[in-house]
Amino acid sequence: MNTLLTKKKEPIDKLAAASGRSLGAEALRRMLRSPVAITGGAITVLFLLLAIFAPLIAPKDPYERYLQDKVSLGQGIIPGAQPGFPLGVDDFGRDYLSRLLVGAQQTLLVGVLATVIGVLVGVLIGGLAGAFGGWVDTVLMRLVDVMLSVPSLLLAISVAALFQKPSQWTVILAVSMIGVPIFARLLRGSMLSQRGSDHVLAATSLGVKRTAIVFRHMLPNSLGPVIVQATLTLATAILEAAALSFLGLGDPDPNRAEWGIMLSRAARQFLDVRPELAYYPAIAIIVVALGFTLLGESLREALDPKNRR
Amino acid sequence: MALLEVRDLTVNFVRRGERSFTAVDGVSFDVEPGQTVGLVGESGCGKSVTSLAIMRLLARRGNTVSGSVRFEGTDLLKLSDKDMRDRRGRDLGMVFQDPLSSLNPVIPIGLQITEVLERHRGMSRKAASIEATDLLDKVGIPDPSRRLSEYPHQLSGGMRQRALIAIALACRPRLLIADEPTTALDVTIQAQILALLRELVQDTGTALIMITHDLGVVAGLCDEVNVLYGGKIVERAQRHQLFAEPRHPYTHGLLASIPRLDAGRGEKLIPIRGSVADNIPWDHGCAFAPRCPNALPVCRETQPQLVPDRAGLLRCHNPVRPAVAAGGGAR
Amino acid sequence: MLRFLVRRLLQAIPTLLVLSILIFAWLRALPGGPAAALLGDKATPEKIANLNHVLGLDQPVIIQYFKFLGRAITGDFGSSLVSSQPVMGEIGTYLPATIELGICAMIVAVVIGIPAGYLSARYRGGVADNVIILLTLVGVAVPVFFLGYMMQDLLAGPLGLPSQGRQAAGLDATSITNFAILDGIMTSEWDAVWDAILHLILPAFALATIPLAVITRITRASVLEVLNEDFIRTANSKGLTQPVVRRRHVLRNGLLPVVTTIGLQTGALLGGAVLTERVFNFRGLGFLLAEGIERRDYPRLQALLLFGALVYVLVNMLVDVSYGLIDPRVRVR
Repeated sequence: MNTLLTKKKEPIDKLAAASGRSLGAEALRRMLRSPVAITGGAITVLFLLLAIFAPLIAPKDPYERYLQDKVSLGQGIIPGAQPGFPLGVDDFGRDYLSRLLVGAQQTLLVGVLATVIGVLVGVLIGGLAGAFGGWVDTVLMRLVDVMLSVPSLLLAISVAALFQKPSQWTVILAVSMIGVPIFARLLRGSMLSQRGSDHVLAATSLGVKRTAIVFRHMLPNSLGPVIVQATLTLATAILEAAALSFLGLGDPDPNRAEWGIMLSRAARQFLDVRPELAYYPAIAIIVVALGFTLLGESLREALDPKNRR
Repeated sequence: MALLEVRDLTVNFVRRGERSFTAVDGVSFDVEPGQTVGLVGESGCGKSVTSLAIMRLLARRGNTVSGSVRFEGTDLLKLSDKDMRDRRGRDLGMVFQDPLSSLNPVIPIGLQITEVLERHRGMSRKAASIEATDLLDKVGIPDPSRRLSEYPHQLSGGMRQRALIAIALACRPRLLIADEPTTALDVTIQAQILALLRELVQDTGTALIMITHDLGVVAGLCDEVNVLYGGKIVERAQRHQLFAEPRHPYTHGLLASIPRLDAGRGEKLIPIRGSVADNIPWDHGCAFAPRCPNALPVCRETQPQLVPDRAGLLRCHNPVRPAVAAGGGAR
Repeated sequence: MLRFLVRRLLQAIPTLLVLSILIFAWLRALPGGPAAALLGDKATPEKIANLNHVLGLDQPVIIQYFKFLGRAITGDFGSSLVSSQPVMGEIGTYLPATIELGICAMIVAVVIGIPAGYLSARYRGGVADNVIILLTLVGVAVPVFFLGYMMQDLLAGPLGLPSQGRQAAGLDATSITNFAILDGIMTSEWDAVWDAILHLILPAFALATIPLAVITRITRASVLEVLNEDFIRTANSKGLTQPVVRRRHVLRNGLLPVVTTIGLQTGALLGGAVLTERVFNFRGLGFLLAEGIERRDYPRLQALLLFGALVYVLVNMLVDVSYGLIDPRVRVR
């Protein structure tokens, strides 16, 4: 009853302890009550299912050029929606619906891999900086500062431009670099703020070794913000990958079914001939990016110990 | 007619998906011009909410306020927001608990005083600055003209609270409400601030509602004291009477739990057992019953009513009997 | 105050130095070696040998780096492979276009974003709030280049706006500073001013989308936090009028994080400009960069990437300094 009258916001741990639930369970409960979280979660799950089962669901072979002879870009003809091809075909005469479905797989791959690499490298850098402090911290953080001093797209462009032959992997690598400084800063900040906290001081005074402190006490507490950021980064990764494709740094293989690639090609090459071919992958990207963003934001709200409840 | 007449003030908090909570439950009291009235109780008893309700400073949503609050005859609860804003600062002033968070961190102290003067007394910035310097001096801040251009974080806790008092009294309101003004301060500063309040209130003839959980604060300052528990007034008495012969077991417990310098060594402190959370709803009996050493079976069945007792009021089925010094007496 | 400024400037220098080292290393890592990359198609063995000598590729790396640094500071980045013009000159010519576009986009983002964020916070939970939040979320989920194409496709015609370029073909406007609007005003060529504005509208709005969404969100979050602060309660207890409370107490505190955000969003603008200018054929630095990427014009890329980072670092430094000006708690050091 007090909590309604106090201006100070009760730490969620105390509240949760009072109601007998762990932080994770309390967060989950909150999320299940939030329409934003449910929407985000639903989209994410749908997307994941699609990515996994796409090859089974796709009505046709996404790579076979069924109606290629009916396509004539020079004359501005691409067949549209018709029986057997509910979303029409692309400039190679391939069934667009199937390509979109299978595209979920490739798009998810790009997003997840770019994010995971970013997390791993970033957490490593930030963790080392935060754990050791001193000159290690200074050097590593200076490097991070430099990465942050370049606008994200330009950073991705620089990395992608290093490679003679762009491919899906160069795109993934380039995009992952955007996330590295973010996660590095995040983890370092978390470790720094924890170093002075009571639970770490207690552990140290009890003689717990430094590695144990880092891995068993500090990292688990940093997990929450990292997961939140990773979810949000996934969304931007897909968008940045699409931008790289648009600029010509993406995978040139016309067979690859990835939404960003499909969008760039359609927008640049045949937007005036058949605009839907751009709209479909665009909508797919928007919905998925939105879904991950909603999920990430509601996760952040749910895990925030300062929430008034 | 009293300066302030609070009648049946009730405040209910409603949160989405949770039961409504009655923070203030039918509270009534008067404040005469120039009088100092205390509202005493533990955290959560509703005293702060009462003051916020009187000033109409509760959030716009999430609560319902009923009853009446008559200030010089006008029911404040029925005024429009604009009319209430006219009165706040000019007729009623308020001092809050945490002086650092209660001041705007990015504008100078001087501006935070002059803006009240400009607003209610139509003064020019220049005239207001002179008046502000004067006010800061009156509340005991050294080198006041220099302080005008300083920011809150540059002042000490005690000085900030003095500044807040200066702000509240700038337009000479007829009523000042002080909500735990010394709780966030060091003990030595506490004494200074309380002395300051007493002095100012006497000099200006301002009525004061003092809200606190600390009976020591009440002893030095208030003419009349209301003890609150669970959102209701459980005892009202003049100061001397309350301290000499507390009738309600809660008041008695509060007094008994104060550590005393003249207690013998090894004498144990006597707390009130349990906590505020150990209560029963007022409509099922007496909220204090679970913690009360005097509790009778009736206390868990029927709500005690607020009835006249000696010169004040009492809400108890089984009040504390005064220990009769000579001639024995039932205890 | 001055000391603060100087200190921040000095802090920025190591970052810029490390950045220059990285760009230097980047050039070395390019396929075929820096000389081949810098010469592109026109590479012949003698030219490569020549350039190798100029670049000092036969000398120790340190000397190479300092030669590079020396050239960078004097602005010598060689000539563009595409246009054969000195890269630095190109940057000078096309910089004003991007600045104009960037400023317009930022104005749109701030003028719409801050009030939207404030309203959203003020009427929290209401219909307007939810709509605004949804729009901000969608705003960051839309690929900028796609938005650009959509606007070209769907809005240009109906609104009578030009869908491409910076200036109508055939309009012979005098160009002094190459800031189209400024030039037009200076020469009193009002039709040129109007034409420039029309050409800026669509690209500016497309570019503004992400900064707008972010500024709105940050303003909302910040105002919400401030609205819950004790000093707002004090301000109300003083009986101050709503406009005064809003201006002096809510916004003065609430807008502090927004200033930082504006600085950060300049970075988003730099990246977004590449996409937007490409889509709208708006000839600014972004367009140069996009073209440079497509044609593997490394001299241009090197210069533009360094330039972009430089601008970003400077803008953020400015933001840091201005924070000291507006938040007195930071000032006293």
